[in-house]
Amino acid sequence: KVLSIQTKSKKTLARPNVKNIVLVEGVRTPFLLSGTTYSDLMPHDLARAALQGLLHRTAIPKDVVDYIIYGTVIQEVKTSNVAREAALGAGFSDKIPSHTVTMACISSNQAMTSAVGLIAAGQCDAVVAGGVEFMSDVPIRHSRKMRKTMLSLNKAKTLGQRLSLLGSIRLAHLSPELPAVAEFSTSETMGHSADRLAAAFGVSRVEQDEFALRSHSLAKKAQDAGLLQDVISFKVPGRDIVSQDNGIRPSSMEQMAKLKPAFIKPHGTVTAANSSFLTDGASAVLIMSEEKALAMGYKPKAYLRDFVYVSQDPKDQLLLGPTYGTPKVLERAGLTMSDIDVFEFHEAFAGQIMANLKAMDSDWFAQTYMGRKSKVGTPPMDKFNLWGGSLSLGHPFGATGCRLVTTVAHRLQKEGGQYGLVAACAAGGQVSDTHVQHSLVVPAMIAFCTYAKHLYEL
Amino acid sequence: MNHHNVCHYFPPVLINAQPVETEYVLFLFFLKAMQPGTHVNYEVKGDVAVVRINDPNSKVNTLSIQMQKELTDVMNEVWSNNAVQSAVLISTKPGCFIAGADINMIEGCKTAEEVTQLSQEGQNIFEKIEKSPKPIVAAINGSCLGAGLEFVIACQYRIATKSKKTVLGTPEVMLGLLPGAGGTQRLPKMVGLPSAFDMMLTGRNIRADKAKKMGLVHQLVDTLGPGLKSPEERTIEYLEEIAIECARGIVNKKIPLSKEKGMMQKLQDYIMSFEMVRNQIYKTVHGKVMKQSKGLYPAPLKIIECVKAGIEQGPIPGYLAESQNFGQLAKTTESHALIGLYHGQVTCKKNRFGAPQKEVKTLAILGAGLMGAGIAQVTVDKGVHTILKDTTVSGLARGEQQVFKGFNDKTKKRNITSFERDSILSNLTGQLDYSGFEKADMVIEAVFEDINIKHKVLKEIEAVIPPHCIFASNTSALPIKEIAAASKRPDKVIGMHYFSPVDKMQLLEIITTEQTSKDTTASAVAVGLKQGKVIIVVGDGPGFYTTRCLAPMLAEAVRVLQEGVDPKKLDALTTGFGFPVGAATLADEVGLDVAAHVAEDLGKAFGSRFGGGNVEVLKTMVDMGFKGRKSGKGCYVYQPGLKVRDVNPDIEEILEKYKMTPNPAVSSDSDVQYRLVSRFVNEAVLCLQEGILSSPVEGDIGAVFGLGFPPCLGGPFRFVDAFGADKLVEKMRRYEEVYGNQFTPCQLLLDHANDSSKKFHK
Repeated sequence: KVLSIQTKSKKTLARPNVKNIVLVEGVRTPFLLSGTTYSDLMPHDLARAALQGLLHRTAIPKDVVDYIIYGTVIQEVKTSNVAREAALGAGFSDKIPSHTVTMACISSNQAMTSAVGLIAAGQCDAVVAGGVEFMSDVPIRHSRKMRKTMLSLNKAKTLGQRLSLLGSIRLAHLSPELPAVAEFSTSETMGHSADRLAAAFGVSRVEQDEFALRSHSLAKKAQDAGLLQDVISFKVPGRDIVSQDNGIRPSSMEQMAKLKPAFIKPHGTVTAANSSFLTDGASAVLIMSEEKALAMGYKPKAYLRDFVYVSQDPKDQLLLGPTYGTPKVLERAGLTMSDIDVFEFHEAFAGQIMANLKAMDSDWFAQTYMGRKSKVGTPPMDKFNLWGGSLSLGHPFGATGCRLVTTVAHRLQKEGGQYGLVAACAAGGQVSDTHVQHSLVVPAMIAFCTYAKHLYEL
Repeated sequence: MNHHNVCHYFPPVLINAQPVETEYVLFLFFLKAMQPGTHVNYEVKGDVAVVRINDPNSKVNTLSIQMQKELTDVMNEVWSNNAVQSAVLISTKPGCFIAGADINMIEGCKTAEEVTQLSQEGQNIFEKIEKSPKPIVAAINGSCLGAGLEFVIACQYRIATKSKKTVLGTPEVMLGLLPGAGGTQRLPKMVGLPSAFDMMLTGRNIRADKAKKMGLVHQLVDTLGPGLKSPEERTIEYLEEIAIECARGIVNKKIPLSKEKGMMQKLQDYIMSFEMVRNQIYKTVHGKVMKQSKGLYPAPLKIIECVKAGIEQGPIPGYLAESQNFGQLAKTTESHALIGLYHGQVTCKKNRFGAPQKEVKTLAILGAGLMGAGIAQVTVDKGVHTILKDTTVSGLARGEQQVFKGFNDKTKKRNITSFERDSILSNLTGQLDYSGFEKADMVIEAVFEDINIKHKVLKEIEAVIPPHCIFASNTSALPIKEIAAASKRPDKVIGMHYFSPVDKMQLLEIITTEQTSKDTTASAVAVGLKQGKVIIVVGDGPGFYTTRCLAPMLAEAVRVLQEGVDPKKLDALTTGFGFPVGAATLADEVGLDVAAHVAEDLGKAFGSRFGGGNVEVLKTMVDMGFKGRKSGKGCYVYQPGLKVRDVNPDIEEILEKYKMTPNPAVSSDSDVQYRLVSRFVNEAVLCLQEGILSSPVEGDIGAVFGLGFPPCLGGPFRFVDAFGADKLVEKMRRYEEVYGNQFTPCQLLLDHANDSSKKFHK
């Protein structure tokens, strides 16, 4: 059998004395608007579904996996190590250690790069990484005052003490504490920050709406064409089988123009329609050393070559990670923007994507803030998020990273490219009534994928 | 730990003389040849005229004659241009909208009538703005104060950025004036009587978010971070874009100018519609002002009068009262004194010694007591790595807690976020040893006031610090020369005398010896300025300047007590003269032990001139444990949580023991006041005569900001100028006859008394 797809011949990025690490498979549950079909589940149920989907697709023996890592942002307190609970529930061997990581919206990127690190260090040969987010239910706490009273109540010895503690409860004690809507360090919500960012770069409302419309249209096309192969079907207990994302809704510019700004009123430009929405979903990938994968007879989808994390000022440059990270990872690999065949950028907000594109296109910005001689350069739009993005497919914070990497692999396969690049800023979703806790530092993650399929299809 | 120093705050009405930001008005403004369009220009964007202001000759925009003229011309064009439907007024100067009227313009007037005329011209311009047929949107970024605020409240709509630099206010009262361009008439209508009074009587700055809540601005705009232009530039551009949209919205009736009133607002309006209620408010406010100002400041009373005239009698009498009172106030000695302090403060916020060779990046403080921790608090948030060293864990813990509390309180008041608090405190290192001192650029010692301890510390420090490091002593009275005697490098030794509480008191007195190098002084001043201080640099000698002036006054206060005047009466007499804190309370705040210590030391140094009250009175009190506020008892009894305090009954016995018989010829209330003040003033003038002070300006600033000398008098030197040196000498001679050399006027004062053309201030 000859190469099914013609690939451009470019140099390999393999480095001497560094193990080749490959993406064997990647799957995800359908991403659903929170409060819809998944609403009665728990986070580990979703993660379990993704894991079972991965098992099913790869048919990997359950005891071959050395380690399992999951990323999540809003933690369900009952399953704080959601990786472990999901793995056990998915039928993995109870001898496989698992841990959970959190790094805002790039939590599953962190899960994947941790896996890469474990394999590169020779600790493991096969690691499952994934991410899950469940926004249909978030932990809402009693107020600090109430918690304090309740904890004291535990220690109270006599009935008198207990009664006096109970008597001290006032109405103020009863007001609940929602998960912080705002960035801890700046008290600013993600949407507010995105709106300011868009304004700083002079991104208009129309530009944002157009980009959002593009995302929805491309996603719809990809969905209809059956390109979203990473989506697995999931029989939701007590409900139907879900097999499609339900947030893809191409609208019209006129419809979108009618919406009022969601964060900065009355003159803001970020609306519900040009932001990613609150999403439930989980993803999982199988990452292996090339050696092991080949030995087991797998045909890996891609090499995972390199990655970079960067962080900036959490107030004014919160969502500019891709601008800072992209040139770094390219330089590490000795590539330029034009070498890249497939770009997958996380779309937290249309305004944020447009701002990044403008920043990458500005010499002044590169010189003033990045210490570069000239601009980074922008990814060509005909290679950019062609199957939709977080704006349309949805953005379960902890799960998006794996979707991006898997999508790059699938697009390289389909489009015949060799190099793909993933960039994501750690951003929350649409936060109009969200209960999102964001991380303190704001890193962006760049994973680097090289299409590798041609090697194994012979 | 040295607890010394004066603790007092200016009561709100009297924060006079502290125009907080240098931005408020001025910098000498010389009227340039009238060129058209240098300050104001306009551009028509679609149907909106964007009027941009920027004074090219100054860091801030002021409503100078030039600015007013150009604005009038531009507005006339806007009104006559048929293509224009509305206007946006914006400043392109970063950090400043309009910081006020041009003070020099007011000072330049010879008579009250001329000032009234100026006021009326301002009123007329703003009346036209208010009645503009085309809506005008004021787009505010940066300080919008005084006449700037009066301008924007005449506009139809106001948008402000959330920048920390965006503040609105009417600080005229701090200069002994009132808002004289319609402010007293428009503000009450806009924000209601209570808020208007609060703004105009305290002169405080209001941040944008608060202004929105008060109804002073309609809409807020976020500041922007890095983009395709500098944040500041893009923020102003963004503000302009939004203001233009707003102006169109008003014309299209999409944005209503009159907001639907809320239930609370309706209720408040209803209540305010009763004359009785309003009268009660006038009465209460008047009472408060009288209580706090003792009637020594005419401006607050005139403000009430103008507001009342406008509301009760209508706009014509209201505006007339405003312009006439404005003219009168501008010619009062109080206003001259306060404006003098303002100018003095600007002077004392500059480093006349030039830039130091090396910037202080690490500052070590010895002693985590009230003073040491206070110094740490004002340093650590300026990006300076601050080492706070004490000798005991408990002392260090207390000090670090004081610093934490300082910033935590700011967090509670939402001046800073908890994150900002934490990152500020990450610059603070608390420790018990000298580790890290090898990287210190400056060490400030705030250990116990004992020359032997100071010497011991100095030697220990010099063994560990790098050669360029400066050693500063925060002593209140020990001569720096004596401290420097133990130093291997006396050119790097200097005095930095802070006042307690350090975070509240604005003054820093820097003391140089003959050996102190110019660069050392420049560095100390640079650190002080960074800490936000107003700085006087004085020569060395016992008590330097401030402590030396205070000591004779306190000695006199003790004598007054011994003569049978009770502490409450003594306090009333001093506050009645304009001191923000009474003499007895002041002694308690300073600490009676410190006062006794200083009195004894300076008594030895200066002899009988520093006599008066018997030092034994203080010493006995200290022996009985009455050290002032810090020990719970002094002249008064202090109970935690209680504001009212009673005279300490136990001191009666002591005062009885040291009782002196008053001489009725010099014991009237007024005489007691002048006995206290003349000794203070004479010592100040003597300091100038001896060269301890290098200028009367520094003397005035030091006395007002460090010791609470009545701001309405502008400081001891301005007081002599206004009161008349001859009259003062005459009084002193009378007291001299009774008490001797404590009241002998110094030569310089006599010179001024003999020649009435001699003035300390031009």
